[in-house]
Amino acid sequence: MHDDHDHSHDHDHDHPHDPGHHHDDDHHHDNHYSDMQARVRALETVLTEKGLIDPKAIDQIVETYQTRVGPRNGARVVAKAWSDPEFRDWLKRDATAAISSLGYSGRQGEHMRAVFNTEDTHNLVVCTLCSCYPWAVLGLPPTWYKAPAYRSRAVIDPRGVLAEFGLTLAETTKIRVWDSTAELRYLVIPERPEGTQEMSEDELSALVSRDAMIGTAIAGHASTGDGY
Amino acid sequence: MSACDIPSPFDPSLMAQSPGLPKSPEGEPAFPEPWAAEAFAMTVHLHEKGLFTWGEWALALSFELRRPGKADDGSDYFDSWVQALSTLIGEKGIADEPVIAALQKSWQRAAEATPHGKPIELANDPLR
Repeated sequence: MHDDHDHSHDHDHDHPHDPGHHHDDDHHHDNHYSDMQARVRALETVLTEKGLIDPKAIDQIVETYQTRVGPRNGARVVAKAWSDPEFRDWLKRDATAAISSLGYSGRQGEHMRAVFNTEDTHNLVVCTLCSCYPWAVLGLPPTWYKAPAYRSRAVIDPRGVLAEFGLTLAETTKIRVWDSTAELRYLVIPERPEGTQEMSEDELSALVSRDAMIGTAIAGHASTGDGY
Repeated sequence: MSACDIPSPFDPSLMAQSPGLPKSPEGEPAFPEPWAAEAFAMTVHLHEKGLFTWGEWALALSFELRRPGKADDGSDYFDSWVQALSTLIGEKGIADEPVIAALQKSWQRAAEATPHGKPIELANDPLR
């Protein structure tokens, strides 16, 4: 099942899975640590060297946080897109502006693009090179999103990856894989579930999981989320 | 360490004693960027291991938050958090400020020297 999706790489990275890419040396700023990022890494290094912390334990605490807090901002964006056709159009045209109109914007000035699932197209977001993620709308990325297994396999075998998440799509459904970058991040707008016409935006947003907005689940359905 | 040993970072009493911690509408901590969550998690972890009491922590954090020149909107809250953690790590004799600052620079050089797509490792610092 390697030929039924198209790569939608908008960004010219040195990309191991995309033979059609171009090198672009203007992106060396992608690997840059802010003072705070570097300081936190420094603290982690000294604490690990002294045996005071186990980085895996820290990851697990962060994971606990992200499953508890969840991506409620993104869910509100999706619910509004389902309920408000004007907002939906705006989101299609200029997701960065539409999302920031709700008060959600990244501190790093990254741009957002909303990708809409349809009856015949399913969208899946990955960052093959690191773990670029739309923090402002989705909170912290799950550990699996940062794991090499997901980052490489989401591009090579998206259908297989989705199946591991418990999401089996019809053979005829096209899968588009979007590779996030430091400058451009994607939010999947899942399809509105059937039978939700009477629901308020608040009720609708409760149907939208983090995984549905990454594309490893669909709205109104829980994902196992532990494929990795 | 098994998952069962992981302390919950959401102990409400701890949260209540982290003055000014930004919270989501649901009352959970709101982290602007991943490093902030990592700093938060390290602090909780070190506290649970008994390196410092939460009282000591709150004192160190309050001291940083009260420094002049802080942003009115609290957007540098976690900058203060990280500085407070650095200070406590120094006071506990784990690593003093020059050591931490040197490592910080080293990580920045390592990041710049790492081709995109490769994991950033400290060993990539050309001056190490």
